[in-house]
Amino acid sequence: MSEVALPAATEARRPVTGLWLLIVAIAISLAAYAMAGLGLKGRTPRDFVVYGLVFTGAFVAGWLVVRWAAPRADPVLYPTATVLAGLGIAMLYRIMVARGESTIAREQAMWLLVGLAAFCLTLWLVRDDRQLNAYTYTLGLIGVVLLLLPVVPGIGREINGARLWAQVGPFSFQPAEFGKIFIVVFLASYLTDKQELLAAGSGRFGLPRAKDLGPLLLAWGASLAVLFLERDMGASLLFFGVFVVMLWIASGRAAYLWLGLVMFAAGAWFGYLAFAHVQARVDTWLYALDPDKVTGLGYFQLAQGWFAMATGGIVGTGLGQGSPTLIPYVGSDFIFAAFGEELGMIGAVALLLLYLILIARGLRIAMERQDTFGKLLATGLTTIFALQTFAIVAGVTRLIPLTGVPLPLVSYGGSSRVATFIMLALLIRVSSGPMERVHG
Amino acid sequence: MDRRIRRLGIGLVVLFALLFAQLSYVQVIAADDIKAQPANARRQIIAEYRVERGPILSADGELLAHSVRNQERRSELLFRRVYPDGPLYAGLTGYYSRIYGRAELEQAANPFLSGDAPELAVSTFTDLILGRERKGGAVFTTIRSDLQEAAALALGDLPGAVVAVEPETGDVLALVANPSYDPNSISSGTDEDITEAWDAISTDPEQPLISRAKDELYLPGSTGKLITASAALENGVDPVTDQWPNPRVLDLPQTTNTLENFGGSLCKGGSQTVSMAEAFQESCNVTFAEIGLDIGAKEMSEQALAYGFCPTDPPTQVECEEPTIPFVLPWANGRFPEPSYFADRQPQLAFSAIGLDNVLTNPLHMALIAAAIANDGVMMQPRLITEVRDPTGKPVREFSEEQYGQPISDESAKEMRAMMLSVTQGGTASSAFAGFPIAVAGKTGTATNGENRPPNAWFTAFAPAGPGDEARIAVAVIVLDGGNLGNEATGGQVSAPIARQVIDAYL
Repeated sequence: MSEVALPAATEARRPVTGLWLLIVAIAISLAAYAMAGLGLKGRTPRDFVVYGLVFTGAFVAGWLVVRWAAPRADPVLYPTATVLAGLGIAMLYRIMVARGESTIAREQAMWLLVGLAAFCLTLWLVRDDRQLNAYTYTLGLIGVVLLLLPVVPGIGREINGARLWAQVGPFSFQPAEFGKIFIVVFLASYLTDKQELLAAGSGRFGLPRAKDLGPLLLAWGASLAVLFLERDMGASLLFFGVFVVMLWIASGRAAYLWLGLVMFAAGAWFGYLAFAHVQARVDTWLYALDPDKVTGLGYFQLAQGWFAMATGGIVGTGLGQGSPTLIPYVGSDFIFAAFGEELGMIGAVALLLLYLILIARGLRIAMERQDTFGKLLATGLTTIFALQTFAIVAGVTRLIPLTGVPLPLVSYGGSSRVATFIMLALLIRVSSGPMERVHG
Repeated sequence: MDRRIRRLGIGLVVLFALLFAQLSYVQVIAADDIKAQPANARRQIIAEYRVERGPILSADGELLAHSVRNQERRSELLFRRVYPDGPLYAGLTGYYSRIYGRAELEQAANPFLSGDAPELAVSTFTDLILGRERKGGAVFTTIRSDLQEAAALALGDLPGAVVAVEPETGDVLALVANPSYDPNSISSGTDEDITEAWDAISTDPEQPLISRAKDELYLPGSTGKLITASAALENGVDPVTDQWPNPRVLDLPQTTNTLENFGGSLCKGGSQTVSMAEAFQESCNVTFAEIGLDIGAKEMSEQALAYGFCPTDPPTQVECEEPTIPFVLPWANGRFPEPSYFADRQPQLAFSAIGLDNVLTNPLHMALIAAAIANDGVMMQPRLITEVRDPTGKPVREFSEEQYGQPISDESAKEMRAMMLSVTQGGTASSAFAGFPIAVAGKTGTATNGENRPPNAWFTAFAPAGPGDEARIAVAVIVLDGGNLGNEATGGQVSAPIARQVIDAYL
């Protein structure tokens, strides 16, 4: 099926298209920022010019780094990420100003710059993605350590009932956000090595030997530990999902997919029976609008999210014209509902289409690569990105019980912003191939 | 491997398709149901307060209610509602409270004020397209602010009500009730302020939220003789030549009960017989009881029904669900027993003929009856709103005057007018109108009000009422519990002077 050949070694891929898309992305981002101010206060934000210059400068600089470090990169990924990040800041600005916390939007804009810097650094450091293939177990170990870091006494911090935070000195961050990158790279690398073994199945019952499955089971165990010890259903779900998908892609055995689904169902059932916080999540999901329960915090949040989106209707109230601040934690978990209210179903669908564009390009990159590692890495990164987006949007819209994961590039959170940019850099690296070819 | 990646892609697209389906459910299909959830009230209120709600104006251009931009920083509520002369117009404007809802015109005219009415669709759509803040329509009422003020001044602090209508159109010119309340206190401010004010107003034993002018029912007393006299005229009684016996005490049929004139006096100085016109001028109870008994229950009830009274059957408490005379605001129109009630209750018929027993009315209804007599027997529906204009000032809806019916003939109306004129010229209201330059046709009433309470004092009138005059105002006044005269109060002494001031202010 890989009829699309790797592009000719030195040929830069459609730089003009990429630049035009970037200009459009920046224009939409800044227009959204201006409109948020207009809708909220009847004037453009006071720092509009400064913000506009910094935003434009930073993202153009990032684009130049891509042109230099990854000239054959996919031209669509970067501008799509730009417009998502820009819309996210505009909405955060709108929410935080309405709450009188305008500095938080500025803080998130700072994190955006840090994320861009991490993006450039990743592109510069990882000159060839196959470098990563050499450190399979090291990367896997780092991933597991990061995942479990919040459990370590003295480092871990519990916020709102989930133990997701690690504090090292003055810095606090969500290690799982970075851990997932390492886990995906580890899985890509490990599965590349063991692909044939896993596909053939030389143990009992036609399944691979325990020795070959060991590290995989360890990764899976770590994701379960996340669920039990950190009470983070979102991350746990994400790891398990990407794990099963990559196993299936690498081995070609659909049995892994079905086995994964059965295990997931069993795990979910067990989790529901054993853990009060899982039961609570399911109960809030089922009875969010129950008159007797609707004032309870979790129920209230889901109900307010629905009210917001229902109020928005098809065309929305307009940026700055709705009341998204009625939703608890609207800037983090529920920012999608704010888009649904103020930009309507049209805006919400447009936002999801942007994510679908990233997903489609990510999978296309995977198919364009000839080597297994590149394919698996691109697939893994794309899958984790897609599942994360699905989990939070489906949770907010009450399609499934809510799992608190950030909406990539959009919702509040420094760790998530930086981690997503690193993933984006890796995906762009995979799409461009090694840097040496250009210079060498 | 590529085939599996492609399948993964399809799988992810399916997942996103589920999201699109869920979004269209929440945002389109079930949106209205979701928005209507009681738990969503806050968001609805915020949306409501984003609209610059239209003003309520008097006929002479005074603002009775309007919206001003909220100066509170970061308030979700962009506007707040202001009533420049709150307590004076509370019974008309009502209130607009984000916690306790709306009342009176704020409720009745809400689609116009909020801009939701189809007549304002063009205007609100233009606002939407141009990105302007949405504005509601302006509601123009028939109220004359100077007359309203004069009526309130005349009533002073006395508990009761004054209603003035224009006979020819049914326009409500003034509608004042005591005690009142300040709608500002429950329409804007912090949640705590509003709740506190509401608790005070709603638990006040005087019940200021219930307007004495239109929401409560009272025995009309002798003003009820307007119905009896009308029924008599319509049934062929000649007000001057037909005569009735004139005893000091009337023995009532079927019982040992008796009925006396006010203060136990003799009518017309104790002459052998008395005419209806003479009895009307002096408000003789004995004569009117005799007239009522002579006319009969059926005719009396029919006349009351023609005047818009709601037929009720007091023993079984069957009552009208809605007023029989339509009015834009909720109000309680009068009640008069059905003929069946009187079948074996002749004494009750006698008492009903003098506005007692189970006859009930309120000032608005009494003013409408006076207006019908003034308007040659044609009764108009009370009109409160004349037109609605969009924010640019363009009229989008006009309300024409509506006839309710013709309870009495032109001829009977003329005879009623002559009898009512005699009340202010040598009758029970003559002292109140001594030296008044305008001819006023009226009727006093002093209605018993329970065992140990002073009577309610009534007066209803229209003017000018001279021969050939077109009456321009009809008034009804009630002062509760004897006003400042206590047990000595009469309609002529307490209420007629108030009506005189109101008529004087208008003409």
